[in-house]
Amino acid sequence: MQQLFYFIQKFRYFLLFLVLEIIALTLTIKNHSYQQSKFINSANFISGGIYNQVSSISDFLNLKSENKRLSEENIRLKNWVEENKQVDVNNIVAHIDTSKYHQKYQYISAKIINNNYSKRNNFLTLNKGVKQNLKIDLGVINSKGVIGVIKNISKNYATVLSILNSNSKINVRLKKSFHYGTLVWNGKDYNIAQITDIPRQATIKVGDTIITGGKSAIFPEGINVGVIKDFKFEKNQYKEINISLFNDMSSLSYVQVIINYQKNEQKGLEQNNLYE
Amino acid sequence: MSKLIFRNIVRFILLVLFQVLVFNHINLFGYINPFIYVSWVFLFPVRKSKSLLLLTSFFLGILIDTFSDTGGIHTAAILIIAYFRLPILEMVMRKTDFDYVLFNIRNLTLNKLFLFISILTFIDTFIVFLLDYFNFSDIGSIISNTILTSIFTILISFFGILLFTKKHK
Repeated sequence: MQQLFYFIQKFRYFLLFLVLEIIALTLTIKNHSYQQSKFINSANFISGGIYNQVSSISDFLNLKSENKRLSEENIRLKNWVEENKQVDVNNIVAHIDTSKYHQKYQYISAKIINNNYSKRNNFLTLNKGVKQNLKIDLGVINSKGVIGVIKNISKNYATVLSILNSNSKINVRLKKSFHYGTLVWNGKDYNIAQITDIPRQATIKVGDTIITGGKSAIFPEGINVGVIKDFKFEKNQYKEINISLFNDMSSLSYVQVIINYQKNEQKGLEQNNLYE
Repeated sequence: MSKLIFRNIVRFILLVLFQVLVFNHINLFGYINPFIYVSWVFLFPVRKSKSLLLLTSFFLGILIDTFSDTGGIHTAAILIIAYFRLPILEMVMRKTDFDYVLFNIRNLTLNKLFLFISILTFIDTFIVFLLDYFNFSDIGSIISNTILTSIFTILISFFGILLFTKKHK
């Protein structure tokens, strides 16, 4: 026993270092796995609060681009409404029976108060949290395209796993055909992401639009992602399909969080299938 | 003595705030963000009780990691340079015993100070990128990021230390 104390006494500096280093490495490894929710994240009231204050100061810097984006989205939505007005007047049916009417998605507006895009694994911080009905695993988009998925959440803040993260894998497809792939990022350029797992029978061209596939319960189908920039076709396989993102990930401000009301139903059904 | 503690607390807070609010968003040439928080290890008084440096560095790292959502990579890196600070300092000064109480980093010649800062910064940056990429197939990106980020971190902390610390007689 005395020797044990002597040992601890002699090596206490090294043992302290070892304990602290193991804590740090455990946190790092947890950060690299998608499943585990992180213990250390910026969605707490101290860092969230500080980022919120600072972003309210720097807000006016990107007001101009934000206004432009909003105006563009308004034009798009107004045109879409006009296109859909061309219906047969005799066939208009009012939906009064609410039992037949199901709202699948709801959008909540939030603001990015801390944006990262230069690291290998990027996270964003949002100024809304549990109080505003946000949950883990909700999709985050803006009018230009996909941004990420909510990963950690506190009372008033949330962190978002950006598409610029090695853990981000989003189901996407070609707009012109129903060939699905996965959106990943190789960490080099924040304007350019990659698609893997595109089947080789798919015909792709430079300039083809990529949209979300809607196979997961996170994103609805048809949200813009980007256009194909270049690709290689080797050994009958598509290699390195680079796509340039519609979103400028370096200047993000207001975003929409998507709540899927049928998520539990879909997930439950898929789980049942797994066990059979 | 209390003045020394006060000065270190202020330095701790300022380093964290400057790192997470200013230097994490510099994005020089698109992606370079200097890690100025390593100056904590350079400037922490050299005492016989080395455990305090480890503990404070740990908390500094945890704070930086919390703000930048990086898990524990900055903590792991700063702990290693905090642990090896004294051996590296002895190596740079080419002597093994010196006066712990009166020692001040500004008493080093500029060459030695620069070398000391460079070695520690390089180790720290390398560990940060190694743990961030977590994949040996990205070794090219890890090395290029380490070199570029180190250069800017070394320049900023070297001139920062020259500007903001006083030379003791």
